[in-house]
Amino acid sequence: MSVFEANEAEGRLVDNIAHFARTLRRVGMPIGPGRVIEALRAVEAAGVRRRDDFYWTLHAVFVNRRDQRELFDQAFHVFWRNPRLLEKMLSMLLPTAAEEFEPEKRKEMSRRLAEALQPANDKHGKGEDQEPPEIEIEATLTFSDRELLQKRDFEQMSQAEADEAIRAIDRMRLEVAEPPTRRFKSDRQGRRIDMRNSLRRALRNPGLIGLQRKSVRRRPPPLVVLCDISGSMSRYTRMFLHFMHALINDRDRVHCFLFGTRLSNVTRQLRNRDVDMALEKASELVEDWSGGTRIGACLHEFNRFWARRVLGQGAVVLMITDGLDRERAEGIEREMERLHKSCSRLIWLNPLLRYSGFAPKSQGIRAILPHVDEFRPVHNLESLTALAQSLSQPQATAHRETARWQAGLKEVA
Amino acid sequence: MSKPPASIEDTLELLSRGKYVADRSLATTLFLSLKLGRPLFVEGEAGVGKTEIAKVLAETLQRPLIRLQCYEGLDISSAVYEWDYARQMVEIRLAEAQGGVDRNVLGDEIFAEKFLIRRPLLKALEPAAGGVPVLLIDELDRADEPFEAFLLEVLSDFQVTIPELGTIKADKPPIVIITSNRTREIHDALKRRCFYHWVDYPDAERERAILAAKVPGVRERLSNQVVAVVQELRRADLFKVPGVAETIDWATALTELNVLELDPDTLNNTLGVLLKYQDDIQKMQGSEAAAILARVNNELATAVN
Repeated sequence: MSVFEANEAEGRLVDNIAHFARTLRRVGMPIGPGRVIEALRAVEAAGVRRRDDFYWTLHAVFVNRRDQRELFDQAFHVFWRNPRLLEKMLSMLLPTAAEEFEPEKRKEMSRRLAEALQPANDKHGKGEDQEPPEIEIEATLTFSDRELLQKRDFEQMSQAEADEAIRAIDRMRLEVAEPPTRRFKSDRQGRRIDMRNSLRRALRNPGLIGLQRKSVRRRPPPLVVLCDISGSMSRYTRMFLHFMHALINDRDRVHCFLFGTRLSNVTRQLRNRDVDMALEKASELVEDWSGGTRIGACLHEFNRFWARRVLGQGAVVLMITDGLDRERAEGIEREMERLHKSCSRLIWLNPLLRYSGFAPKSQGIRAILPHVDEFRPVHNLESLTALAQSLSQPQATAHRETARWQAGLKEVA
Repeated sequence: MSKPPASIEDTLELLSRGKYVADRSLATTLFLSLKLGRPLFVEGEAGVGKTEIAKVLAETLQRPLIRLQCYEGLDISSAVYEWDYARQMVEIRLAEAQGGVDRNVLGDEIFAEKFLIRRPLLKALEPAAGGVPVLLIDELDRADEPFEAFLLEVLSDFQVTIPELGTIKADKPPIVIITSNRTREIHDALKRRCFYHWVDYPDAERERAILAAKVPGVRERLSNQVVAVVQELRRADLFKVPGVAETIDWATALTELNVLELDPDTLNNTLGVLLKYQDDIQKMQGSEAAAILARVNNELATAVN
């Protein structure tokens, strides 16, 4: 028996699917009207005799990224939760389901769905981290290394003299040396002969065939920024966020991650053109401003879940951290080695390097240093400009300063 | 050539005829994409059988399989068409030697179909003897964004334009299967035109069924052990956990070695078939592997009793 036999039932199913799509859109999945029509056609093709078929039919249409699966799964079960759906789809369930979405009940429904969806977003967090607010305030005052779930207010961090520097950072452009790709562009001085173009031209102009030439097209490599936002870095965080925002909006293939006690990908948030809006969105996402640092764990997460996706095609990694780790540098060495092997160039920017008496004494620093290509200071505009210059040169020889640090490391040990 | 399946059950049956043990979710998505003529976009870790779907489909439906392996820098001349320049040059020389050729006529002759080298995408759009072909676009994540954008155009209209020849449009769109290892995120615009399916690692029961279908000589006891060990390894904290392809390889290797039952030594010695990173092998070798095996044997023993 077809679902669409009875007109009234058809109307209800169509309404319900459309409403389901709207619900999904509300929780942030990109679903337009075209998809709804597609879903109706798909349901018609697959039928609704079995609940799991119905599930996978809607899944095939509405889900197109792996991370949306959980959201969809929960939404589906909340929305189509009536168990009678299994048995008598037409006669019994649909009217009941429709009733539940009467206008006055809609608000309540969406809130319940939001609640139902909450665990999916929070699943990376550990329950014990969610402490009552008064303890968090105490934590700030005592500079405890406990993770701060409280959102850090950017306004408090701002200083008048910082504004000028931020404006300069926003104007900053980073030219990264461009490695050759496997594509070609036509180029009069090119070394290769462009046959396609030559023959096409030969037909237009009589006489000898004038050879057209081509050369290899170059393209800037992907850039990945890993920025430490723990308490010890908090004085610099705002500057670096502006720096990352300038990078992301200047070029494609830039990915930004923030880490403290956990890793957050803020690429999408920072892509917002408006810098204040971008920073606000990023700060909403991140829950561990100015807390402790677990460099090893965060790098592990990066290596495991992101490295293969963002470090392809000869990526350059900028790692901004002071290397001070709460967990006695546990696992850092191993993860740094993995990271170093997965990218083409790894640059460590450390604000502590500004102090003339800096010595690689902390365990974290000693674990990171052997696995970087370059070790640079990053505390003022000058050092950022120097970084930009260094990036525009293809990496021919080892960075001399870095080599000195790494050699010094062996002596101390 | 046989007809596309008429229902989800038919799709399941079709896949199992090709020795592909699918779960119902994959069959549903595949059925929809066949029925509604949309490309199927399958994503998943390496070695879970994404490419195999297209191969099995071509085999069981008796359609030609056209495969486009993607790589960085893949361009139109290796994905769609290319002119045979050497032969064109010879043709021009010959025409000149004869003398008195009209340039317009020569132009038409040089850019005729006989000088056209067809690459996978163009082949897939042209009518084939064995019916509508299966077009496999493999590892799309390896191609760069410009190619993805070009593909968008091909997949929405199923036509390509060759300036010298005109537009070539498929009478019937081919069956398109796109795979991705997710080394980068494919743009939403492309995914929107497809039905999406994430291929997960199979559960123990389905993995045993896969082994039974793919490694005919394997004993039940060994198969149970192999699957249980692999399932354990997938729960471990490894950089790259073994896929189904590795399970099949391992079971085949063990059968070839005439192993009837796994022991810690064999497991240690053949770990390289399952794990492909030195860090992972180091982590698992020795006591860890023995512990896993002991746990697995224990479980199997209790399951029997």
